[in-house]
Amino acid sequence: MTQERPIRVLIAKPGLDGHDRGAKVVARALRDGGMEVIYTGIRQTPQMIAEAALQEDVQVVGLSILSGAHLELFPRVVEELKARGVDDVLLFAGGIIPQEDIPAVNKIGFTGVFGPGTDTNDIIAFVREHAPVRA
Amino acid sequence: MTTTPSGGVDTATALVEGVLAGNRRALARAITHVEADSVIGRELLAHIYPRTGRAQTVGITGSAGAGKSTLVGALAREERKRGRTVGIVAIDPSSPFSHGAILGDRIRMQDLTADGGVFLRSMASRGNLGGLSESATGVVDVLDAAGFDVVMIETVGAGQDEVEVANAAGTTVLVANPGGGDEVQSMKAGLMEVAQVMTVNKSDLAGSDTAVTQLKALLATANLGSWEPPILKTVARTGEGVAELVDAIDRHQAHIRSSVHAAEERRGQATRQLIALARAALHREALEAASTTGALEALVDAVARRERDPRNAAVALLDAVKAQWARK
Repeated sequence: MTQERPIRVLIAKPGLDGHDRGAKVVARALRDGGMEVIYTGIRQTPQMIAEAALQEDVQVVGLSILSGAHLELFPRVVEELKARGVDDVLLFAGGIIPQEDIPAVNKIGFTGVFGPGTDTNDIIAFVREHAPVRA
Repeated sequence: MTTTPSGGVDTATALVEGVLAGNRRALARAITHVEADSVIGRELLAHIYPRTGRAQTVGITGSAGAGKSTLVGALAREERKRGRTVGIVAIDPSSPFSHGAILGDRIRMQDLTADGGVFLRSMASRGNLGGLSESATGVVDVLDAAGFDVVMIETVGAGQDEVEVANAAGTTVLVANPGGGDEVQSMKAGLMEVAQVMTVNKSDLAGSDTAVTQLKALLATANLGSWEPPILKTVARTGEGVAELVDAIDRHQAHIRSSVHAAEERRGQATRQLIALARAALHREALEAASTTGALEALVDAVARRERDPRNAAVALLDAVKAQWARK
């Protein structure tokens, strides 16, 4: 009678922009895709995001950012995760990230970047395919 | 088998050591195993259980929208002011359709994330038969063994699971609201009996005195033991009344730990927990046996065709289960 354990995902918004419609749409889509989504709300510091990822033992962290500070904030999130020994999570990003920044964002460790107009099914498929397996 | 950040593999021994040493990463992994009811999870529970019993365990229950998350946040802040560390298990419902969940309790406790004296874990109810109480009880034990002074469990807000989750707590706080007449009705159905402290939250709204009176009236007809549940008023959003709520929880904890009641209380809780867990395990195994023999399907068909009545069919189902177990 046991069913497969749901994938656990943290969705967070780093930095100061206050619009979280996109983050909420993605959170709902992943829930409808059978995942357990921890949503932290807006204005999260890199420390808060990393600490939440640690406490919740998520396999996946998705960040939504509209402010343009992705190249400043994303590396700091990765640093804070590493500092806590959380280095086996899948990272993806969404929001407004200019095309020319995507290689740099990928290099930081965010292997999936999903801009406006993305089909949420693509995000679900990406997470399902790449999420590390846990207990 | 699970890879750890160091590239190794989780073992129960390493996780137990990590949990007892206050390693937060190990604690988070241990909770994952207990929640999944994995082999490692069961092994580590066996190891840590003798180290539990020190924490104040507090259940927070009440209807959806009563302000449980906000109140848990406010309680945690007050406990921190008093120098106590706090572990929190926040349970939200799973979707019965996708089995997914959105766990949003962290939104109301954002400031606590940066506090090293607080550990918050969100859990989805997952809709398993008795599974919620099984895993939530275990997660509380892990946080207790990890040395948190207070461990709070915030429940989903309805149903039999509430009562069982409350069994995992030494003190259960019922959160009611002004104008919640329907709520009071639902409390008659069982939540009243499990609460040792009650609070009318959002008491800055009109009708809070009426709600207090209604609760008092209900209590007057209840079968109370040696403890009379106090009824308080709180505004979780502003923190009003929260210090008094912590005081009331402390008084109840002192009551159940006092020499007169401690042994009785421990046996009572042990009985409730053991029976709840055994019932869940029995339920699962019986259904498994019933479906492997095909008895379940055959009897369902017979009842659906109105050839057999459900009550006698249930007796036949149980006979089939017992016969299957006897063959083992």
